[in-house]
Amino acid sequence: MKNLFSLTVVSGILNTMVSLATPFLYAALGETIAQSSGVVNLGVDGVMLLSAFAAFYVALTTGSLWLGLLAAAIVGLLMGLLMSFVSVTLKAEQGVSGIGLYMFGLGMSSLLFKILIGTVKTVKGFPPVVIPLLGDIPIVGPILFRNSLPVYGAFLLVPLVWWLLEKTTLGLRIKSVGQNPAAADSLGISVDRIRYLSVCLGSTLAGIAGASLSICLLNLFQDDLTAGQGFIAVALVYFGGWNPVGVMGGALLFSVVNSMQLWMQVLGVKIPSSVAVMLPYLLTIAALTITVNRMRQPAALNKPFERGEN
Amino acid sequence: MTRRSLFIAVVLGVLITASVTAAPFRIAVVMPSATTDMAFSQSMWSALQSIQKEMGGASALELKYSENMYKVPDAAAAVRDYASQGFDIVIAHGSQYGSSVQEIAKDFPDVTFAWGTDVNTFGLPNVYAYTAAAEQGGYVNGVIAAKVTKSRKIGVTGPVEVGDAKTYIDGFLQGVQSVDKSITISKTWTGSFSDVALMTAAAKTHIASGADVLTGSSQSVVGSIQAAIDKGSVLWFGTQADQASLASALVVASQVYDWTGMLRDMITKHKAGVLGGTQYTLTLANGGLKIAYNPSYKLPSSAKSAGDASIQGITKGTIKVEP
Repeated sequence: MKNLFSLTVVSGILNTMVSLATPFLYAALGETIAQSSGVVNLGVDGVMLLSAFAAFYVALTTGSLWLGLLAAAIVGLLMGLLMSFVSVTLKAEQGVSGIGLYMFGLGMSSLLFKILIGTVKTVKGFPPVVIPLLGDIPIVGPILFRNSLPVYGAFLLVPLVWWLLEKTTLGLRIKSVGQNPAAADSLGISVDRIRYLSVCLGSTLAGIAGASLSICLLNLFQDDLTAGQGFIAVALVYFGGWNPVGVMGGALLFSVVNSMQLWMQVLGVKIPSSVAVMLPYLLTIAALTITVNRMRQPAALNKPFERGEN
Repeated sequence: MTRRSLFIAVVLGVLITASVTAAPFRIAVVMPSATTDMAFSQSMWSALQSIQKEMGGASALELKYSENMYKVPDAAAAVRDYASQGFDIVIAHGSQYGSSVQEIAKDFPDVTFAWGTDVNTFGLPNVYAYTAAAEQGGYVNGVIAAKVTKSRKIGVTGPVEVGDAKTYIDGFLQGVQSVDKSITISKTWTGSFSDVALMTAAAKTHIASGADVLTGSSQSVVGSIQAAIDKGSVLWFGTQADQASLASALVVASQVYDWTGMLRDMITKHKAGVLGGTQYTLTLANGGLKIAYNPSYKLPSSAKSAGDASIQGITKGTIKVEP
């Protein structure tokens, strides 16, 4: 057990934590924006899957990772438009329409993979980019400053989303629509337009989350590549209290425990593998029960807005 | 010839032709993952396609499949649906489907149901069960792995500690230890057959701890193989299907499940009126398990000889591998 706290192992754990947290960050921060406007998108996993496929297919056929990333973002945006149309314009029940979006993404990505690619293939994904000087700092350098661009992007997104929601007029509008859409409407804010924008932005980031898997971290595509990570991302929004920094905390906690349980197994720590696999979920639930009092859910979350009814 | 006579002749001709042309034999298969998973499901689908080609194509053997049926109720509905459509053999390719097969088979006594990996035919006359002695190929892979590792550390990336995933790894460990007990073997289980991201992280953890040889089981090992590719110098041993195409320079060998012999026997038996009651096990001896050496990897002759000797020993019974 003492080996677990050796420098090599701790560095290894933190390195893996950064990689595992990346898709969670993109997807959960995007969902934070969407939910701040009052819309729950349970289809994040489906968006990630179809976008992951789009990124992989475009990268495989064109040789360009950036075009792949763009394709993923476009697919994410289009799926966001679909979700917005169903839940904001048609005012369908958001939970159900989100699950429908998930099933669409799951099925379509599987079908397109079978038709267009047919078998598991790999691409050379985004390579690590060493930040000069910072990358040479002992211990911390290799963990934080020798990652690929999408990984850096995920962590830079945290202050960006915080700044958007807390320091911009747009952010204020998003949150006001999520808290009290009737009041926002009376002040001349278009609730539908803000929700469309938020959901589409969130879904675009979910698309980039998918791309981070298929052309950066895993460099392949296979059926159900995300294995439910999109749903974990939605849970992280609740865990983080709709605060980007809290979401990052949740993503890092989940990822570090996951990374640690793998190292525990590799080092032969006597713990049943089934218990080891449960640890990230157990600890996250435990942390959630401790922090539950500080949660401030958007008051109009999951409630379609109809002018005159609210 | 009058018009009426001509009409009767044409009708008779059509009826005679229809009765003489044999209807194709029909097999349907329900699988928990994709036909392209480079592992469990692909092994069965490839075998069925091979048998279809052998029998003369779709006109002789009609095949239908339902993939990604990881939800058991969905799979059960598909199995029942195929049986009610009159398929001759319905294969439920997943050990999680057992109780569904046991229930459905009673309602369709003229349909053959085959399921695995398991050994239980439930005492029903129209159920076949099949499994693979995966520990045998695991042992052979382990022997070769022990010969090629330079760092003397081997990593095993497992999915869920059940079924042939477990028995393969148990056999692999025995194989390594039969060569050199001092080689360090570390095991991880991700708890999922499909979580590629976690499997990749597990493989990278093994590599970071010094492993230069990896093995593992399930469709998610494509992540482990990619981790080996990223490192560039880590070798891979596969199971269930030939995985050499994923990393031609790094895959040393794969244990391949060849279901064709079993399928031929089932078809023959069904045509003879025997709809079930047999339990099949793929082994090295009966050719159901094969070791596919990757021709693109230059395996040292001493390692190949050791691998071949293990295959011979297991086949002849002089080497016993415990699952």
